[in-house]
Amino acid sequence: MESVEALVAHIQGLSGSADELAQLHGLLKQADGDALRAHSAGLLPFLSHLHPGAHSLGYLYLLDSFVSSSANLRAHAGGDLLVTVADFLTSCSADQIRMAPDKFLNVCRVLKNEVMQLNAPIRGIAPLRAAVRKIQTSSEQLTPLHAEYLMLCLLAKQYKAGLSVLEDDIFEVDQPKDLFLYCYYGAMIYIGLKKFRKALELLHNAVTAPMSSLNAITVEAYKKYVLVSLIQSGQVPSFPKYTSSTAQRNLKNHTQIYVDLSTCYGTGSYSDLETFIQSNAEAFQTDNNFGLVKQVLSSMYKRNIQRLTQTYLTLSLEDIASSVQLNTPKEAEMHVLRMIEDGEIHATINQKDGMVSFNEDPEQYKSSEMVEHIDSSIQSFHSLCPSIVSTNITEDLKYSYWIA
Amino acid sequence: MDVDCEVSAAAAAAVTNGLGGGEQAAAAPVSADQLDVEAYAAQYSGRTRVARLLFIAERCGVEAIQLEALRMAHDEARAREDTVLYLDAVLKINSRLGPRYRHDQAWVDSVNRRAEQRKEKLETELNGYRTNLIKESIRMGYNDIGDFFYAHGHLSEAFKSYIRTRDYCTTSKHIVQMCMHVILVSIELGQFAHVTNYVSKAEQTPDTLDAVIVAKLRAAAGLANLETKKYKLAARKFLETGPELGSNYSEVIAPQDVAVYGALCALASFDRSELKSKVIDNINFRNFLELVPEVRELVNDFYASRYGSCLEHLEKLKPNLLLDIHLREHLGTLYNDIRHKAIIQYTLPFISVDLNTMASAFKSSVSMLEKELAALITENKIQARIDSHNKILYARHADQRNATFQRALQTGNEFERDIKAMLLRANLIKHDFNQKNWPGQRKMNL
Repeated sequence: MESVEALVAHIQGLSGSADELAQLHGLLKQADGDALRAHSAGLLPFLSHLHPGAHSLGYLYLLDSFVSSSANLRAHAGGDLLVTVADFLTSCSADQIRMAPDKFLNVCRVLKNEVMQLNAPIRGIAPLRAAVRKIQTSSEQLTPLHAEYLMLCLLAKQYKAGLSVLEDDIFEVDQPKDLFLYCYYGAMIYIGLKKFRKALELLHNAVTAPMSSLNAITVEAYKKYVLVSLIQSGQVPSFPKYTSSTAQRNLKNHTQIYVDLSTCYGTGSYSDLETFIQSNAEAFQTDNNFGLVKQVLSSMYKRNIQRLTQTYLTLSLEDIASSVQLNTPKEAEMHVLRMIEDGEIHATINQKDGMVSFNEDPEQYKSSEMVEHIDSSIQSFHSLCPSIVSTNITEDLKYSYWIA
Repeated sequence: MDVDCEVSAAAAAAVTNGLGGGEQAAAAPVSADQLDVEAYAAQYSGRTRVARLLFIAERCGVEAIQLEALRMAHDEARAREDTVLYLDAVLKINSRLGPRYRHDQAWVDSVNRRAEQRKEKLETELNGYRTNLIKESIRMGYNDIGDFFYAHGHLSEAFKSYIRTRDYCTTSKHIVQMCMHVILVSIELGQFAHVTNYVSKAEQTPDTLDAVIVAKLRAAAGLANLETKKYKLAARKFLETGPELGSNYSEVIAPQDVAVYGALCALASFDRSELKSKVIDNINFRNFLELVPEVRELVNDFYASRYGSCLEHLEKLKPNLLLDIHLREHLGTLYNDIRHKAIIQYTLPFISVDLNTMASAFKSSVSMLEKELAALITENKIQARIDSHNKILYARHADQRNATFQRALQTGNEFERDIKAMLLRANLIKHDFNQKNWPGQRKMNL
């Protein structure tokens, strides 16, 4: 039972090498609990004696016991506490904090709650991003912090900030629950950036992950999965073989109107789809999916126009308008123009005759950029091979893990 | 005022066309001026004659022909003492034909009474045979009862009786006889699955069968396939039917029918080489085709790419074919298929086709033709694209090299995505197992 001052002295003294840290860790664990908690209110000034970078472990323990008490938080709401914590997160040493991961997560969570209470989620982004990088042992690992970080990015509408974390492929997951949240928030960020293919990948992982019982996150993820796949490819793929049987059996029951929406989309009639959406607008609104649903509706035009490119070489604007169920040739012209600009179709509009001629894809696959592209794809496959092989070896052969 | 004039003009036109005001049902009005009811009915015998006459009466729009058919049906039913069909005919006649054709309940009752007596007699005889356990007599007893029921229109009982003879059949001749009876009743009942079944049973008997019977079996099989919409198989069966059929199977099908059904199904489902080898060069089938020269012309036209005249012949035949009891439901599909085939064959040899010439060859308007072509292209039956501005159809051959590149890149992307997802899932499963095995330790794998 040492006093706080003695503890601080230990921290300052023993934060050198790995052995000293181990010893320090033992001492801190002893002191943790009643000793620190009893004095938690008075811990703040001691923090100034410590350097967050060099004495990360000790700093962490003190900080953790301080913020664990909500009375302290209320007393110091806003202001310096946030700055202190943010500072610590950005400058702490990764090795030291990995010795006490739970406390670290706790501190980060407290930070997140504080910034949300203050309605300033953007203040939490930079510190949390640094925190995520520090607690990860490898860039392929998923931590609970990922989900929290992505949630803050979503709330602050800073989608690009979330991208840097999302770009790493995740292969190691400790808690399946983290994965679901990560996939869900990550997909929402990609949807915000209109990168539907990547969003679809994440949602696919969320829906097909092994699970023994259905959870709410998966249900919401499936709803978005249906909508995004309609926008991206015009149909919802059926469950692959490796989807868990719980998901296969129960998902559709909980998301019935989305399933109906996809069948309605399949008929290809814009007006039918519109009436369906109008009649179920409330349900979509409660799920916060109405924006996506409207995008699904506008993608219907695109799909119909794309189908026309397969059948016709040239087509008048009136015929386009009538077959796609638009009202005037002017609207048809606008749609086609937008699609040409987005690169979704290759065509030229002849305004004098009111005709559109559809061209073939000019890509000849002969340029050097294309060769580089193909080359880099092959390289990325090669980089995947070692991880596949190593996964095989480390599995205990008693259990059959491969259900792919 | 103008509207009234228009309406009355249309009505007048309809009347002069021979389209009576009688019920048209949901079918297109049929102008059956060319149908000679007596000659048509003469081709058939037995129950099917009456059934066909009733069918014609129901579907035909012309009052005169309707009454003619009903009168013949009535006479026939009365002569055969078939009360079920008789009542049906009388109902439809509805006292339009005079006093002789009114519902004669006395006659119906007397016939029923006689039928009851005969049935009891037959049943006692059968029971006697059963106690004696003489296989042959039991079989004949069941057969007689089956015949009796069939003659009086009780088809399902007839079916059951015929099926029962199966246990007592000793020679293959008996088996074949049983199969033929069952086939006959099943066709009337419309249960074509049984027909196919029993045809194959009959064909499997070890003894070689009489040529007439073989032909009958083929025709029955063809009919079953036609009704179950397997047009290609139906065509093959009809084309294999030997000319020995003649009018031996008139209680089911006439040789003209074999020709018509076979030719239409073949046109709708065979490709060119099959058409030539199996239909045009088929000597046996030629005998049938001689009976219906129009159909023979039709097939030759199609093969020689004279699509305009071919389609014209088809249109001319349509009203009479709509009155055929077996072909009616399938006529629309068959005609569509033949038309599509004609269009596809027309466009096949060319790089570019002017839609105007094509429209005149097929005797339809350019816009309708364009729509049909668009539908066929979407179904991937024609590899071409339409230049709607100049009204030309251009053949389009996919660029294999580009397509291969595209597919390769796409496959690569999907592969990468799937591998990553798989690794992730493997990891999840590993952790699940970890948690199950060591429940106490939930540590972070740092």
